Amino acid sequence: MSSRSIITQLTKGISRENPVFVLLLGLCPVLGVTSTAINGLGMGLATTFVLIMSNIVISLIKHLIPSKVRIPSFIVVIASFVTVVDLLMAGYLPALHEQLGLFIPLIVVNCIVLGRAESFASRNDLFPAFLDGVSMGIGFTYALVILGGIRELLGSYSLFGLKILEGDGLLVFVLAPGAFIALGFIIAFFEWRKSIATKAKKAA
Amino acid sequence: MELAEKPHLRYQKKNSYTKMAGPKSSFLNLILALGSVTLLSAFSLGYVYEWTLEPIATAKREKQLRAINAVVEFDNDPLAEAFSVLDGRRVEDDPNALVFYPAKKAGNIESYAVKTYSDQGYSGRIEVMVGLKLDGMIREVQILTHRETPGLGSKISAPEFLEQFVNKYPDKFNLKVTKDGGQVDGISGATISSRAVGEAVQVAYDQLQIIKENE
Repeated sequence: MSSRSIITQLTKGISRENPVFVLLLGLCPVLGVTSTAINGLGMGLATTFVLIMSNIVISLIKHLIPSKVRIPSFIVVIASFVTVVDLLMAGYLPALHEQLGLFIPLIVVNCIVLGRAESFASRNDLFPAFLDGVSMGIGFTYALVILGGIRELLGSYSLFGLKILEGDGLLVFVLAPGAFIALGFIIAFFEWRKSIATKAKKAA
Repeated sequence: MELAEKPHLRYQKKNSYTKMAGPKSSFLNLILALGSVTLLSAFSLGYVYEWTLEPIATAKREKQLRAINAVVEFDNDPLAEAFSVLDGRRVEDDPNALVFYPAKKAGNIESYAVKTYSDQGYSGRIEVMVGLKLDGMIREVQILTHRETPGLGSKISAPEFLEQFVNKYPDKFNLKVTKDGGQVDGISGATISSRAVGEAVQVAYDQLQIIKENE
């Protein structure tokens, strides 16, 4: 693998194939946990761990699994890692676990994880699959932190728990509708940037 | 689409499977594959479970102790001496029972930390820890868990709301919200949540009276 393709692999999750803003995958936890930036970060890191580990294991066992049972096998692998994260977090990060508790088991059904297993890890070798997990994980985490940061800033005038402005903030951004509104604007921004890039390419 | 334009697809392209490479999907292979995947998962999960058993128990214990510490003062181990009460009778492990943690000073019970709850919250059960002196005075109230609306009902956890209970005697201080003719200043926009907290405290106080009579 050349160093250039390693970089391409690593950056694809951040913008070109960002799981949240471009692929629009796994929106349930995205909308559910992002009421604060810290929650977004915790959920993003937990998902990143599951993505990397399941990508590694699935790319290792891909030749041993008959294609008819690949989906159940992948789900078992993913569910095991999610349970591991759940147990470790309950034991060592109880405060965060209390905040995210409800959403951790939902990582199992997050379409990003199964999506990457099916479309990438099961067709590639260990190293690219690992990079894919890192890249998608970073992209997912950064999307959650941005969304959580915007909602926390507008909804309670604070960021990462630090008060920025006095006052109570706009309640709607703390509630679920605020997640949809904020996500809509971010996606619009990404699309707008993409259209500018395409125009520039055409003009050149 | 040229490959050079989509470098991220290169790996898929190079291997270009239409199907995943793998053993034939014969009945035996299916059983073997699924069986070994689940068996390995079960073993590793069992290992992690054993490994995290103690940290999880410690974290839970610390969390409970912190909550008890916030409402009463003690020099004993309230967790070891805790007992559950339902309708004035002691019970074992009933999810609907209140839990009494005796807070002793030099061997004498000075107050109780009572884990009480109300199912009248806006979205389900609100769990409350109340510190009650033996004469019935409320020392301190803490919200343990709730699922109230963030920004509205969630304000029941705020000190501004909870401090109005401190040093009050429920036989003189009516624990209903002002809207219902009581003395609890409800949170505007969250009367249901405020009412539920008052109710939970009232239940704890009532149960303590029954227990004291029986002893």
